[in-house]
Amino acid sequence: MMALLRAVIRRDLMLAWRRRADIATVVLFFVIVVSLFPLGVGPEPNLLRTIAPGIIWVAALLACMLSLQNMFASDHGDGALDQMLLAAAPLSLIVMARAFAHWLMSGLPLVILSPVLAIQFDLAPELSPVLTLSLLLGTPILTLTGAIGAALTLGLRGGGMLLALLVLPLYVPVLILGAGAVDAASAGLGADAQLLLLAAQLLVTATFAPWAIAVALRISAE
Amino acid sequence: MLAAHKLDITRGDRRLFGDITLELRPGTLLLVTGSNGSGKTSLLRALCGLLLPSAGEVRWQNANIRSLREEYWRHLAYIGHSNALKDELSAAENLGVLCALSGVHTGPEQQRQALADFGLAGRERLPAKALSQGQRRRTALARLSLCGTLPLWILDEPFAALDSAAVSRMQSVVGAHLADGGMVVMTTHQEVPIVAPAMRELDLDGFGR
Repeated sequence: MMALLRAVIRRDLMLAWRRRADIATVVLFFVIVVSLFPLGVGPEPNLLRTIAPGIIWVAALLACMLSLQNMFASDHGDGALDQMLLAAAPLSLIVMARAFAHWLMSGLPLVILSPVLAIQFDLAPELSPVLTLSLLLGTPILTLTGAIGAALTLGLRGGGMLLALLVLPLYVPVLILGAGAVDAASAGLGADAQLLLLAAQLLVTATFAPWAIAVALRISAE
Repeated sequence: MLAAHKLDITRGDRRLFGDITLELRPGTLLLVTGSNGSGKTSLLRALCGLLLPSAGEVRWQNANIRSLREEYWRHLAYIGHSNALKDELSAAENLGVLCALSGVHTGPEQQRQALADFGLAGRERLPAKALSQGQRRRTALARLSLCGTLPLWILDEPFAALDSAAVSRMQSVVGAHLADGGMVVMTTHQEVPIVAPAMRELDLDGFGR
């Protein structure tokens, strides 16, 4: 079973690497959206410092959304999804492996880039690790929750828009906790509470989302 | 042993067929025939467990496949009418992934051999998008030479887009599997003689609508 899951992760990473342009689109989108704000708002350091966590988090959220549409769509089109539904391992584990691969290629780059982008907002150096940690805990939640929406809207016309309407409201708690962690740290309150809540939410999502995604995929494949 | 009991399939408002009962013992080939739109693919998908029948059940070794799930699927190789190949992966990589999903782990040498069996020697490294329709079909079918240990094969139009050499190769692969005590369910429009210990034909046009 482990060999099967390894093969699935390897397949997804290989595919992502050969479709590098898709990853580049997501990462560039994130960089550009974040960079537009300092240009639009103007060089007022205090204002920029205040809005930094919110902007970076919202941009990460939208970038995650953008990357989700392809998660199952091409496999649905060419029959590869049917083979996963009939695999020798439980579908929820396969889905978990795929979400992990997807996060490595679309979530992790955002986490790594965020401290660099925070410089544009003059975010205090001691706040950068908090921002990165909050994204590290938060982006996997975005991927897993979003994958439920991607599985549900599979094969529908205009699925992309519907996906956004379905998933964005579910992202709200993550956004509040993630951006709130940096705000709390900058106010000198410590970000422990928010980060622990994010970690708890990650655990709950990682437990239940694969099961929900698996059920949604079976319904969409019928 | 695969059995279907009073299977009834409805797509949308249309009842494709009802009351199909069948039983497949080791060494049996079941040929599903019928005109276009008679529900051959739907029947196959229901036998796999991809499609939920509106009534009746499919049983594997006397247990409903909906409760067996992976226990059933680890005995099954399904090749649908789409080949499930990823354009960006090479023929050998695609083959490796498809086998791995069935729980069969293969090395590069076995993959090369299986592709050569199906007349794709020297094309293992080509990305699937560079292959012709017939070659893509062959790549998908090459999986069968590696999945001989899976007793049940469900094949949807396996001969579509194949040339005569590949068709005769398929005949011998399917024949050997049946002689080994495997079970094969397939749909076809072509008259392809296959040597089978036991053979049954199911004409879906005969079932009430």
